[in-house]
Amino acid sequence: MRSNRRPKKCFTMRRIQYRKSQLIFLLTLRFAIGWHVLYEGISKVINPQWTSADFLHESRGILAGFSEWILSNPNLLATVDLLNAWGLVLIGLALIFGFLFRPAAIIGSILIFIYYLSVPPLVGYEYTLPSDGSNLIINRTLIEAIALFGLALFPTNRIFGLDYFIPSLFKRKT
Amino acid sequence: MDDQEKKIKEEKNIPTSEATEKKSKEISRRNALKAFVGIPVGGLFGFELARKINYDKNRRSRIVQELGLDKMEFSIPDYGKDEARDIIRIGIIGFGRRAEQLAAGLGFMHPDEVERRTNNNTIKSWLEQENLNVAITGICDVFDLHAKRGLEIANNNLRSGASKLPVKRYPTYQDMLADKDIDAVIISTPDHHHGFMAIEATKAGKHVYLEKSVAHTEEELNELYHVVKNSQITFQLGHQITQSTVFKQAKEIINKNVLGKITLIETTSNRNTSEGAWIRHLDANGNPKPGDEKSIDWMQWLGNTPYVPFSVDRFYNWTKWFAYDTGLIGQLFTHEFDAVNQLLRIGIPKSVSSSGGIYYWKDNREMPDSLHCVFEYPDKDLTLLYSGNLASSRSRGRVFMGHDASMELGNNIKITVDRNSTQYKQGIASGLIDTSEPMLSFNPGAGQIDAVTSASERYYADRGLTNTIIGGRQVDVTHLHLREWLNCIRENKTPSAHIDVAYEEGIACIMAHRSYLEKRQVFWDEVNRKIV
Repeated sequence: MRSNRRPKKCFTMRRIQYRKSQLIFLLTLRFAIGWHVLYEGISKVINPQWTSADFLHESRGILAGFSEWILSNPNLLATVDLLNAWGLVLIGLALIFGFLFRPAAIIGSILIFIYYLSVPPLVGYEYTLPSDGSNLIINRTLIEAIALFGLALFPTNRIFGLDYFIPSLFKRKT
Repeated sequence: MDDQEKKIKEEKNIPTSEATEKKSKEISRRNALKAFVGIPVGGLFGFELARKINYDKNRRSRIVQELGLDKMEFSIPDYGKDEARDIIRIGIIGFGRRAEQLAAGLGFMHPDEVERRTNNNTIKSWLEQENLNVAITGICDVFDLHAKRGLEIANNNLRSGASKLPVKRYPTYQDMLADKDIDAVIISTPDHHHGFMAIEATKAGKHVYLEKSVAHTEEELNELYHVVKNSQITFQLGHQITQSTVFKQAKEIINKNVLGKITLIETTSNRNTSEGAWIRHLDANGNPKPGDEKSIDWMQWLGNTPYVPFSVDRFYNWTKWFAYDTGLIGQLFTHEFDAVNQLLRIGIPKSVSSSGGIYYWKDNREMPDSLHCVFEYPDKDLTLLYSGNLASSRSRGRVFMGHDASMELGNNIKITVDRNSTQYKQGIASGLIDTSEPMLSFNPGAGQIDAVTSASERYYADRGLTNTIIGGRQVDVTHLHLREWLNCIRENKTPSAHIDVAYEEGIACIMAHRSYLEKRQVFWDEVNRKIV
């Protein structure tokens, strides 16, 4: 892409320009991940029996000690459960509505990366929970974390999101 | 990609003119509409979510309805009232590992253990335990070290609420029984002492909490039965499973005939460690545990059994010998029988045949490490199977097989509808009931039905707890079982593991053991009430 030759139709996202097809792709990816994260959160919020304990029990690798520490303290576990479930809901909503999009995408991608690190499909790690598909080092969780981080690098929220109103609100106040 | 990034960087460095900024930030109607692009997606999500919640709810209520079950919750309404009551003075005979758990159930814990559990945050549920208004005032153990630890525990009445009463060590259980300052005794000795100690305690007018198994011989069992029957004391056998919420749910399921006619019950024990095979004379580091002839009253330990020279092996690993125990039957099947008998009140079997052998732990033991028993109940159209193995920990569960559904009862309940069920024929045909996987699981943690379980929950359903949940609080079931006994003492009522069920269990166990020893099917003569 040469800088002096502009495509026929483009959308300027706070100084980033996308072709229409690129924009549609980014929005689709944003809504898909947002939808998934939101439902993961809501399903935990509405299920009173849900707890992260089962997941944490499975933990292997560098976060295993951290998981054990959470498990050893019931109050901490309850807090982690609450933050996790509502965190997912808020991140999912932020992604879909494009509100505080970049912090949400970055925090969300870190959160999903932590899920990946807790149960990474590395050689020699065996899990009792059945895994989703066949994985070697890379799994869908890692790909989702990477994709979500990518969305933070290619934002669509300044026009196609509630973040559109943020700078103008600021401007009005100052 | 590189071009694009370069471009972003370039553009970031270039200060934009005021005019362009003003133009781009201006709120035009068209741009404002674009900002709300998330709304239709959010709306669609909300619509689908509502549909999903509705579907799950409908499915759940339809299955629950189909199975004739409503929301089942069991609580002990008066639990945790902590009323001040007269202190019951308890003596504990035999202060080993089990006695420490029992003492904790009564509200007494060793200061070291309190510290350990405080440090790893597991003490909360114990501290919230109801105050049972008891005092451990007597300890009796043939081993000085155990007795010393017992005294330390009994003196640490952090939770009992009782004003401190003096704790005494009795050299023999007879001395304890003769002391009028003891109201009730807990017998948690090796099994070969159970029968005669319980008989003498009853004769001495003490209330008895007896650990399983009930008695080592038929004669002892008969005597115990008659003595307790003709006494005023409250007798409780130490089977705490009945106290758990999941057990009460299982009872409800059977009472509502969810399973249809039950003709087969399969119970198992599956262990695969030296500890599980009763090799316990070494500590965690592989060093011999303490104990010698000076600190252990060996003659008293032997009791009525034939004399053998002092042996640390026998002292710690007594389950390996016929003189002291019945092995898999006495240690593990007792729990299985109790669970089944409390649910179905099957009573004494018509016949038992057992077989097995020492197939893995080829040490100096007499006790089989693989044992399988068939208990027949022709009057009830029922067979009870027991299969115990000490060289494989593959979980085989405890399954009640009915014509319409089977129920696996562990720390959770899983119900699977039978594909040839008559009762659920319509539900199966309509696709509402899937017979290929558990239809219902009961999670004791939540104390309510979760009809449509997730894959992971289904998977975890057979892992469990030694505690149960009452009114949202985690409670130790042994504590509840002791509480029931103490309440029955105070109110002169009959506890759940009373002498009749204890007798039935005792007979069934002795029959199974005799069948193994005599290599034949043994029968129960109902008229003369004896094993033939």
